[in-house]
Amino acid sequence: MIAVKNLTKSFGDNQVLRGIDYTVEKGEKIVIVGPSGSGKSTFLRCLNLLEQPTGGEVWFEGTQINVRKVDIDKVRWKMGMVFQHFNLFPHLTVLQNITIAPVQTGKLTKEKAKEKAMDLLARVGLQDRADTYPAMLSGGQKQRIAIVRALAMEPDVMLFDEPTSALDPEMVGEVLEVIRELADQGMTMVIVTHEMGFAREVATKVLFMDEGKILEEAPPAEFFANPKNPRLQDFLSKVL
Amino acid sequence: MLTAALSFQPVADWFAGMWDTIADGFTRTFIRHENYKLFIEGFGNTLFIAVAACLLGCVIGVLVAVAKVYNAQTGRLRPLNALLNVYLAVFRGTPILVQLLILYYIVFKSVDNALLVAIIGFGINSGAYVAEVVRAGIMAIDPGQTEAGRSLGLSAGVTMRKIILPQAFKNILPALGNEFIALLKETSVAGFITVVDLTRAGDLIRAQTMDPYFSLFFVAGVYLVLVLGLTWILGRVERRLRRSDRR
Repeated sequence: MIAVKNLTKSFGDNQVLRGIDYTVEKGEKIVIVGPSGSGKSTFLRCLNLLEQPTGGEVWFEGTQINVRKVDIDKVRWKMGMVFQHFNLFPHLTVLQNITIAPVQTGKLTKEKAKEKAMDLLARVGLQDRADTYPAMLSGGQKQRIAIVRALAMEPDVMLFDEPTSALDPEMVGEVLEVIRELADQGMTMVIVTHEMGFAREVATKVLFMDEGKILEEAPPAEFFANPKNPRLQDFLSKVL
Repeated sequence: MLTAALSFQPVADWFAGMWDTIADGFTRTFIRHENYKLFIEGFGNTLFIAVAACLLGCVIGVLVAVAKVYNAQTGRLRPLNALLNVYLAVFRGTPILVQLLILYYIVFKSVDNALLVAIIGFGINSGAYVAEVVRAGIMAIDPGQTEAGRSLGLSAGVTMRKIILPQAFKNILPALGNEFIALLKETSVAGFITVVDLTRAGDLIRAQTMDPYFSLFFVAGVYLVLVLGLTWILGRVERRLRRSDRR
């Protein structure tokens, strides 16, 4: 579904990604862990070209997307993204946050988009918040809305960039619960996170990144019980 | 009773004389030669120039700001950006009056509509200031907002119009208000290119009546009322836009 070939990314002289090859299959839940500065987030952001790769190829559903002739907006309709800091639009109500993309892209009419938004809000238990502004929501509520906002475009894959890292501890659970439900419904997902318990539980495969490379990939049971790379062993000894 | 009335007589006379002077000045300034029509014409022109130039300035300012921000983010509009920098430098770097005179006597020499030239002149001038205000407003918005918009599949243009600019506008409204107030008062130099604006109307009547007090204080008062009105409107708009803030 998503494939990257020899992906590199530099910011000036700072090489953040040093040649990544990986393929995400439909239905997989890939969790990426690693120390900060390892390039996890940059890798994730290269998948929907929020960061333009310096070199290499990014493929999505059979098309190479990091070439000029591809309409990246249309590709992004199919790739939802959830950010660490939610990035809800503060000048719009919750409902408008969710409907703006389907309506502006012409995917749905206003009425249909609203209907869909209310359905999605009901799924995360926030239908009574439709007409409030983001400033009046808790962090956990904001992130659930952000997930719903991405889902409103009916994406084929969801990218999560540390979705719980900016939350108060007691709100982490409610957001992970939503992501878990989404996983259970078969959504293809790539998740950058520090929640090792969650990775163990939801992932079909866990990747360990350090210094711009994928150093280990394994199903979670093996990944946590039997780490092979010494740097991963060191990392796990610190975080578990 | 009689003595009291007598002792007040000079004061009463003085008031009566004063009243005659005021009534006379008022008549000469506003009534005679139907001068009030000149004031109305001047007031209308001032308002028309200010509103039209404000709209023109906003259009120019937003376009320039967006182009400059786009160039800063992607580096794709370098020649245009250089041109815009020249525009900003020239129109913020020279007096508005000199710009007006150059526009009227050189650039639009063949155009016989001073009002139109004034609108264009004030509009272009104001656009330069608005551009920098809007640019600052756009740059103050968290880049995460643009990323969220683009990640949803919205184009750069829609993201700018629907997500960035509305938020930027809310933050820069006080600065824009300053600019509009300044613009309104700056239109008082339009008389130099033969436009009969409020100031020129007052000055013409001052010369005609040889009485500076009524015409000039009246003109000053009208500007003050206009600015106070504008301030009130801006305050209302700002409160409306603050709805989405926490309580």
